[in-house]
Amino acid sequence: MIIGATSAIAQEVARQYASPGCQLFLVARDESKLDIVKADLLSRGAGNVATACMDFSVASDFNTVLDNANAFLGSIDTVLIAYGTLPDQVACAESSDETLKALNLNLVSVISVLTVLGNYFEKQQSGTIAVISSVAGDRGRQSNYVYGAAKGGLSIFLQGLRNRLATKGVNVLTIKPGFVDTPMTKAFDKGPLWASPKTVAKSIVKAIEKNKDTLYVPWFWFWIMLIIKFIPEKIFKRMSL
Amino acid sequence: MSKYQSWGNIPVSHHSIIQPAWRNLNIEFNETGAGYLPYGLGRSYGDSCLNDGGVLFVTSSLDHFIQFDSNTGIIRCEAGVTLAEILDLVVPQGWFLPVTPGTKFVTVGGAIANDVHGKNHHSAGTFGCHVTEFELLRSSGERIICTTEKNTEFYKATIGGLGLTGLIISAEIQLKKIPGPKVISETIAFANLAEFFSLSDESDDKWEYTVSWIDCLATGASLGRGLFMRGQHTDQDTTPCKEKRTVSVPMNLPNVLLNKHTINAFNKLYFYKNQKKVNQNIGCYEPFFYPLDGICHWNRMYGKRGFYQYQCVVPLDDGAYITEQLLSTISKSKMGSFLSVLKKFGDVESPGMMSFPRKGVTLALDFANQGSKTLQLMDELDRIVVEASGAVYPAKDARMSAQSFQHYYPQWQTFSEYIDPKFSSSFWCRVTAAD
Ligand SMILES: Cc1cc2nc3c(=O)[nH]c(=O)nc-3n(C[C@H](O)[C@H](O)[C@H](O)COP(=O)(O)OP(=O)(O)OC[C@H]3O[C@@H](n4cnc5c(N)ncnc54)[C@H](O)[C@@H]3O)c2cc1C
Ligand SMILES: NC(=O)c1ccc[n+]([C@@H]2O[C@H](COP(=O)([O-])OP(=O)(O)OC[C@H]3O[C@@H](n4cnc5c(N)ncnc54)[C@H](OP(=O)(O)O)[C@@H]3O)[C@@H](O)[C@H]2O)c1
Repeated sequence: MIIGATSAIAQEVARQYASPGCQLFLVARDESKLDIVKADLLSRGAGNVATACMDFSVASDFNTVLDNANAFLGSIDTVLIAYGTLPDQVACAESSDETLKALNLNLVSVISVLTVLGNYFEKQQSGTIAVISSVAGDRGRQSNYVYGAAKGGLSIFLQGLRNRLATKGVNVLTIKPGFVDTPMTKAFDKGPLWASPKTVAKSIVKAIEKNKDTLYVPWFWFWIMLIIKFIPEKIFKRMSL
Repeated sequence: MSKYQSWGNIPVSHHSIIQPAWRNLNIEFNETGAGYLPYGLGRSYGDSCLNDGGVLFVTSSLDHFIQFDSNTGIIRCEAGVTLAEILDLVVPQGWFLPVTPGTKFVTVGGAIANDVHGKNHHSAGTFGCHVTEFELLRSSGERIICTTEKNTEFYKATIGGLGLTGLIISAEIQLKKIPGPKVISETIAFANLAEFFSLSDESDDKWEYTVSWIDCLATGASLGRGLFMRGQHTDQDTTPCKEKRTVSVPMNLPNVLLNKHTINAFNKLYFYKNQKKVNQNIGCYEPFFYPLDGICHWNRMYGKRGFYQYQCVVPLDDGAYITEQLLSTISKSKMGSFLSVLKKFGDVESPGMMSFPRKGVTLALDFANQGSKTLQLMDELDRIVVEASGAVYPAKDARMSAQSFQHYYPQWQTFSEYIDPKFSSSFWCRVTAAD
C-alpha cells in the first residue's frame, strides 16, 4: 500500500515492486494522476493495481480507505507514506495560517493516518510501516524550520511507534532523504549532492527488505547530519543555513 | 555550467527549464523571447537540442508507460521514456526495438524528432517508420493525434522535425519479435573501400545489422581499410543477459589526451587486433548495439572544449569515389577521428519530411575541437557533400552554414509551415539565418 503514490519517489519505489507477484494499492489525491501511475505499473508487469483518492489536507475517513486496501490486498505487508509539501518558509514566517497548514499536512495528518495503521499492524503482528521523513527534521534551520519541525516531529513519533511495535513483529522504517530531484524541489539549482528518485527508491526497497529502523539516503547524509548535529548551538545559531 | 547541454558540449548554452511531470496537465506557454524547445537526454551532439536564452521542456519526468501488449509487441509510452527502459521491459518478453541508434540513452521523443537510424537501416528504415501514433502538444494548447492516416502532415513534419513542431507527449511503437536476448555477430577486416562495398552487398541481404568502423588516418594503399561488423538476433543461446557494471568518466579530461598520436595509435591497434580472421561471436545485445554505453560520460574524454561530430550521406552511384575523397581530405588534415563509422543506407523510405537518412552511403566521424582548423576541415567536407547532392545530419551538427543546410534540405521552407510559432532552437536559428 502506498499513500502519496503520485510522489516522484513513491512512483520509483512502486516501479521497483512492479512484478507479476506484486499487488499494489495506491492512494493519492488526484485521480487522473493515479490512473497514469496505475497504467505505468501494470505495463511494467505489476500483478494487480487498485487506487483510492484522498486529500490529506482535509479531514477525511482513512478507515474506509484502509478497509478497501485490506479487501483488495488480502492483507497489507508493507505500507509506504510518501506525501508531503515543501512549504515556503518566508510565507510561513509571515502567517500562522500558512504555518499551521504546513504542519497539518506534513505532521498532523500523517500522525492521524499512522494511528490507524499502527493499530492495524499491531493486530496483524507482522509487516512494515515505512514513512518518508527528511534530514531537515534533524536540526532546525532558518531556511526551512517549519518543514523541519514537521519532519522532526514525525521522526520522533515514528521512534515511539517503533518502540511500541518492535515486540509485535512490526517494523517501522523512518526514511530520511537528503536532496532529491523531484517536482517538490524543481525551484532549486541541482548540484553534486542531489540524488535521483530512482536511486533513493532502490535504497528504500533494500531498507524495507532488511527491516532497517532509519535510512539516510543517499548514505552520505548520515555523516553530513552527524556533523551538523554536532555543531554547538552557540555557533550554529549564527550560521546562515 | 547547466547540465542541459548537448553531447558534444558545443555550444555552451543557457536556458530556463520546465519539467512537465504529467501528460494530462496543461502547460502555459507564456514565454515571449527565444521560445520553447523539447529536450530529451541531450544525446544530440550539436545545437539541435539547445535553445540558447529560451525555455527547454525537459521530458525526463514524462517517463510513464501507458500500455505494453506482449502478444502484439505494441508499446505505448510517454515521450521521455528512454530506449534503455523499453529494452529492460521488453527484451525478457521476446521483443526488441524496431530500430535503435548506437546508444540506448535516448528518449522516445528524441528518437522521433531526429528520426534516428541504426545498423538495420538497409532492412528496417528509420525509427519513424515504426511509430504508429503520437500525441503532439502545440503552444495553442491543442493536442494533435498523428498517425499515418490522421493529421498526416503533422505526422510527417514531426518525424525528423527537430522538436520544432511541438512537444511530443506520448507515442505508440510497433516492436520487433526476437528469439532471445543474444546476437550472433561477425567481424571481418577489409583492406579498402572496394572491399567494404562488396562486403556490404554480400551481407545486407543476409544480415539484419551491418556497420563498419574505418581507420580514417590510413593513407595511400590502406585508405579506407577497416572492420566490417554484421549481426542478427539468435536463438542459439537464450539465457538472460546479466546486468553489467558501467564505469564513468568523472570529469572533463585535459584536452591533450586525445591528440593525433593517440588517435592514430588507437586506430592502428584496433585494426591490427581484429585483422587476422573472421571473428565470430555470440553475446548479449548490449555490447553489440551500444559499445560506448559501458562508459558513462565518455564525451568528457574530449575535455572542456568539447568535440564535433560530422555525419553525411552521399548517393550510392559514386559513393565509393566520394567516400574516398572525404577520407583523403580527412587523412590529409591529420585531424583524426576516434571512431569513424561507415554504412550503406537502404531504400526504405521514411515518413519524415526532414529526415536525414536516405539511400546512399553514410560516414560518421568525431573531431576534437581544435578551433578554426576543425571548422575548416568540416567546411571542406561540406563542399564535397554539397557537390555530391548528399546531406549532413542535423542531430550531429553544430556548425554547418545556412547555405549548406538549405542545399541539403531544400524542403525546409515547406517544413517551416508546421513549426509551432512559439518553438525554436539554436540550430534552427543558425541554419535559417539570412547571410
Ligand atoms: C554514442 C551515440 C551514438 C549515437 N548513434 C546514433 C545512431 O546510430 N543513429 C542516429 O540516428 N543517431 C545516433 N545518435 C544521436 C542520437 O540518437 C540522437 O541525437 C537522438 O535524437 C538523441 O535523443 P535524446 O532523447 O537525447 O534527445 P535530445 O538530443 O535531447 O533532442 C533531440 C531532438 O529531439 C527533440 N525532442 C526531444 N524530445 C522531444 C519531444 N518529447 N517532443 C518533440 N521533440 C523532442 C529535441 O528538441 C531535439 O530537436 C547517437 C548519439 C550518441 C551520443
Ligand atoms: N525531494 C526532496 O528533496 C525530499 C527530501 C526529503 C524528503 N522528501 C519527502 O519525500 C516525500 C515525497 O516527495 P517527493 O520529493 O517525491 O515530491 P513530489 O513528487 O512533489 O511528491 C509530493 C506528493 O505529495 C502529494 N501531496 C501534496 N499535498 C497533498 C495532499 N493534501 N493530499 C494528498 N497528497 C498530497 C502530492 O500529490 P499531487 O501530485 O497531487 O500534488 C505528491 O504526490 C515527501 O514527504 C517529502 O517531504 C523529499
